[in-house]
Amino acid sequence: MKKLIVSQAPHIHGKENTRRLMLDVIIALIPAVLVSIYFFGLTAAHLVAVSVLSCVVVEFLIQKYLLKGKSSIGDLSAVVTGVLLALNLPVCSPWWMILIGSVVAIGIAKMTFGGLGQNFFNPALVGRVVLLVSFPVLMTSSAFRAPESKAALDFNSKAKLEALVASPKSDAFSGATPLALVKEELAKTDESGAKINTVKKIMDENPGKFSYSSILFARNGSAGEISAIALLLGFIYLLVRRVIKPYISLSILLTVVVFSGILWLANPERFTDPVFNLLTGGLLLGAFFMATDYVTSPMIAKGQIVFGIGIGVITVLIREFGAYPEGVSFAILIMNATVPLLNKFRPKRFAGEAHKK
Amino acid sequence: MKTFLVGGVHPADKKISADAAIEELPVPKIAYISMAQHLGAPAEPCVAVGDKVKVGQQIGKATGFVSAPVHSSVSGTVKSIETVLDLAGKPSTAVVIETEGDEWMEGIDRSETIVSEIKLEKKELVEKIKECGVVGLGGATFPTSVKLSPPPTATPTCVIINGAECEPYLTSDYRVLLEKPEQVLIGCEILMKALGVNKCYIGIEENKQKAIDLLTKLAVEKNHPNIEVVKLKKKYPQGGEKQLIDAVIGKRVPSMGLPVDTGAVVQNVGTTFAVYEAVQKNKPLFSGVMTVTGDCSKAQKNFLHRVGTPLNEIMDYCGGIPEDAAKIISGGPMMGKAISNIKAPTLKGTSSILYLTEEQTKRKEEGNCIRCGKCVEACPMSLEPYLLYKLWKVRDMDQLEDHYIYDCIECGCCLFTCPAYVPLLDAVRQAKASVMKIMKSRPKK
Repeated sequence: MKKLIVSQAPHIHGKENTRRLMLDVIIALIPAVLVSIYFFGLTAAHLVAVSVLSCVVVEFLIQKYLLKGKSSIGDLSAVVTGVLLALNLPVCSPWWMILIGSVVAIGIAKMTFGGLGQNFFNPALVGRVVLLVSFPVLMTSSAFRAPESKAALDFNSKAKLEALVASPKSDAFSGATPLALVKEELAKTDESGAKINTVKKIMDENPGKFSYSSILFARNGSAGEISAIALLLGFIYLLVRRVIKPYISLSILLTVVVFSGILWLANPERFTDPVFNLLTGGLLLGAFFMATDYVTSPMIAKGQIVFGIGIGVITVLIREFGAYPEGVSFAILIMNATVPLLNKFRPKRFAGEAHKK
Repeated sequence: MKTFLVGGVHPADKKISADAAIEELPVPKIAYISMAQHLGAPAEPCVAVGDKVKVGQQIGKATGFVSAPVHSSVSGTVKSIETVLDLAGKPSTAVVIETEGDEWMEGIDRSETIVSEIKLEKKELVEKIKECGVVGLGGATFPTSVKLSPPPTATPTCVIINGAECEPYLTSDYRVLLEKPEQVLIGCEILMKALGVNKCYIGIEENKQKAIDLLTKLAVEKNHPNIEVVKLKKKYPQGGEKQLIDAVIGKRVPSMGLPVDTGAVVQNVGTTFAVYEAVQKNKPLFSGVMTVTGDCSKAQKNFLHRVGTPLNEIMDYCGGIPEDAAKIISGGPMMGKAISNIKAPTLKGTSSILYLTEEQTKRKEEGNCIRCGKCVEACPMSLEPYLLYKLWKVRDMDQLEDHYIYDCIECGCCLFTCPAYVPLLDAVRQAKASVMKIMKSRPKK
């Protein structure tokens, strides 16, 4: 007779599995990738492809030859890291830079700790930050589509892109991101050491970079930071599919708006307004996709809200007072380190207090 | 619509056998009646080999406060008193009876007449329910008379009838509600009288709308003003005692406390029907309603079975074990037991034979925990299963106790929901047993 399986309850399982969750994240990132390809052409596709491929290959090689374990690329987590890393890089990143990013992200930030679920820091962000401090010029000044530019942009041309990388200050094709520009201009002083610029003056002088006419427009160069709408679509998809809860993302965004709003109200000449802060840089990408990474965020709502507030505060502090123009990546990584502590928050107990006998 | 507030999961409903009316199973040729059919001390056989017994005759004596007597489900000769294995292979003493005819004890009312007048007084009712061997049929088979005798410190205020049947596939309670609604309502009145309370709620999940409508209608028509049917939102484990009390009256059972500390006494639909039969019809508990189902099952049936019928006879009666059945479960797919001994006899609490295919039931390989927090979200007792799992791996008993592992009701939501297939509940079960052992071994203050 055929043998029967005997095991403990429960005997059935829900539909969710790790692979499916990762696939959902990938699906949620598709709009951002498509917008990036729409604006920057095949170069963006090339960036995503190289990043995903290198992340998967790095994980495969480490798993096979260093850890000598069963291949773990089937869970698609390396693909997610690859896409996220790509969206965090300037579109015109050279292939070798992407490769270094992948090795750092997968090799150092993820596999060193034991692979999926074991890492403390978001792998894609570690990759990005290592590149940021190693190649600051390539990382902070990037392809930029100015709406008022008369020059027809041909981002499909590799030669032009290379020229663009070589001359990052070229206004027509590339330039500092709005955040970097504000920081740079604000820091300028006259001979006596007094500040010569105000936020308003900088914005008026560079209308193309600060136009609110459409949030579909590219604001700066990282591939995934182009379209707020595309990112929002992905976020809504994740919420609908119940992959993530909104606590982290909303508490980050709310904190940034409130904190930068207070600063702006106190001194509008020195500080940028909350809407600008909300829509520029990697804030939305970070809040929707990077900070909500399961592995490196707290488990329960209370911890997640504190986590989000921390990221929001640190982001604004770095943007307004720090040395770097953008602080989302650093803010998330710093708060990643507090997650074990934030997991000390416990769910409210269902049962009443112990019955005294 | 009401429901419990913390955690829970939504397994697919799969009430395939919901429309199958209850059929009587043939009386077995040889009945193996176990003495351990309830929680607590097993009964002691009070018949000898060679004795003639009738249907409904007591064959096992209760051996303590938390225990229940056992009655014969067939008439015939006691062939032997031997050790039989239950469906999970656990041995217990059983009285084996060779069936001859179907002769019932005098005094058992076999007619279909519905007796609504409750003649017995409060104490007599509890005594009668105890004599008839009625136990909770919701899964734990806790002797009903014990539940009806709350400690002097507690004051019961209401009865809650558990008609949630939140486990997928199972339909026996639903069928009882549909086919014996008046009897169930009278059963409620008996339970109220036995406890001295004047409020009864019947909690039924929304997927059993027909039963909700019928009971609501009959409660008015048959003049049961104190019985209220409560429609509940479909969510597992609504039928858990603590969850049901939270859902229906919004009170929380204290940790390590009794449900009656909230004032509520919970009884299952099947139990309520058994109480009716015991008190009004003088019929001891020796039969029960069970479901035979499964996506691959050859038949979708609800049966009235005599206790002691070997499971394999029921399986054969329904066309045998399906080819692609990989696991056979007694009970629901979330908390039921996998059957390892298909020759085991049915017990009072047997509620189903459920066939699952390999695809439905085979555990996938355990992956890495991705710290998604879904187990914490799903846990109806607001525990942190991922943490308990890790603490058990390093055997940190103090921390396990500190994280209330003893609150776990083993509902299986954590494992059901885990995307990485981490065997959370397997570990938590072991850990809970170890921690409870340590807690019990401490000198009492």
